Amino acid sequence: MSKNYHEFFEKSAGWLAIGTVLAISFGTLVEITPLLFLKETTEPVDGLKPYTALQLEGRDIYIREGCVNCHSQMIRPFRHEVERYGHYSVAGESVWEHPFLWGSKRTGPDLARVGGRYSDDWHHAHLMNPRDVVPQSNMPGFPWLETNTLDGELTPKKMEIFNKLTKGKMAPNDEDGLMYSAEEIAAATESVKGKTEMQALIAYLQSLGTALK
Amino acid sequence: MSSFWSYWIAILSIGCIVFCTVILTWNLKNHVGVKEGEATGHEFDGIEEINNPLPKWWTYMFYATIVWSVYYFAAYPGLGNYKGFLNWTSSNQGIKNLAESKAAVEQNKLDGKNVQLDREYDAANETYAKEFAKYTSRDILDLAYDTNALKVGQRLFLQNCAQCHGSDARGQRGFPNLTDDDWLYGGTPDKIKETLLYGRKAAMPAWGEALGEQGVKEMTAYVLSLSGRKVNDKDAAAGKMKFGMCAACHGADGKGSLAHNLPFGAPNLTDNTWLYGGSHGAVEETLNKGRNGQMPAFKEILGEDKIHIISAYVYRLSRPEESSK
Repeated sequence: MSKNYHEFFEKSAGWLAIGTVLAISFGTLVEITPLLFLKETTEPVDGLKPYTALQLEGRDIYIREGCVNCHSQMIRPFRHEVERYGHYSVAGESVWEHPFLWGSKRTGPDLARVGGRYSDDWHHAHLMNPRDVVPQSNMPGFPWLETNTLDGELTPKKMEIFNKLTKGKMAPNDEDGLMYSAEEIAAATESVKGKTEMQALIAYLQSLGTALK
Repeated sequence: MSSFWSYWIAILSIGCIVFCTVILTWNLKNHVGVKEGEATGHEFDGIEEINNPLPKWWTYMFYATIVWSVYYFAAYPGLGNYKGFLNWTSSNQGIKNLAESKAAVEQNKLDGKNVQLDREYDAANETYAKEFAKYTSRDILDLAYDTNALKVGQRLFLQNCAQCHGSDARGQRGFPNLTDDDWLYGGTPDKIKETLLYGRKAAMPAWGEALGEQGVKEMTAYVLSLSGRKVNDKDAAAGKMKFGMCAACHGADGKGSLAHNLPFGAPNLTDNTWLYGGSHGAVEETLNKGRNGQMPAFKEILGEDKIHIISAYVYRLSRPEESSK
């Protein structure tokens, strides 16, 4: 019996695992690794602004309530998407996103450029009970956002974490190279304290997609 | 992309294909020391493993994918900086603002680049531009009585405006009814178009603190009396004394800013049409907390052509009976 390589991989689980990892890592090495070093994917677009403390809190509520499960934030470069949602998304808009909220499922519409599309009042009515404004909507209501208030205790910490995550990715003309200055971080708690989660989420939504102009 | 990453991608990609080809070819030969079609000697629960060759159909499909991948890498931009002989890209990534995006579209045309999205737009423009031109070259007032233009307008309205104003355009609390010929910023074709293009932002301040509880009660009585409602006369008289601060926007007669040719969007308080409700409680809430109605600007979202047609549709909404201007 000549040497059976099949048998070798089939009978030693360790080598099988190593072989599998090797085989599936080609895709990552080729498609993802270079993106971490490319200029186009690490430099912000001209109009990109850091989230305000309130928007940042709103973003966390967006994550907590699982909005990303039904709403994408990624306009693909197809005419039928651009017509409906606006200019296709570009990498420079997402360079500060940690984690990114592109999503992969559209039970509801894409939200990548929802900022400024509806009034704050509309978002309020819609989040309380979507059927009040869009009768055929199957989105759940989020009325508790109206009664939950923020204490802002963790806001400075979140901003500091963002400072770390976005190091080296700020615009070249940014003086200290930090997303948030010490003063902004110090004022953060005060600026969100007592605001409702509804206000925070609406502030976040109204900021989406407004950077590309 | 730097040449390092370009080679990185190219070498790994081609290496991967070569690797697959080698594995496939190697596996087509018999390496297990058992004749084809004979038992390998592995048996479990009465099930025997036979040394069968790879199925032909599967093998040929595998070869076909390898051939396809070679063509794909030659034709499309996949190998690092190599652009592919079709000169194809999906869109312009790496742009930093809208001006750059527009410039890139023009530049690609000059360079003869094959940009998928631009081609989709060119094809669409070829089909629809002349259809739109039929309408955009005409007056809004004229379009408002053109059945086909109204059909287009209705489609656009349902897609873009119904979320706030409702599919019947009758609005709801906080979002104006567009069918009642009662306007905040003007109902002429030009004014409607202006509203759609640039949006509107109303700012009714909160008077709760300035007026106090009693003051709000009195002002509510006066405001309700303006449209002929039965109220406590004493309260209304007291409210009237303080109406001066409201008059700046609503006019001394309370007929709203439009009646005085002012662009504030302050509603007429004498007509019993209520944007935020005309109950006692609703008016008190408006006075206490203020209102900030906002119509978003649609110029960048829809473009002027579509807005021109929607303007005609909206203009006609409040005069459905008329068959011509």
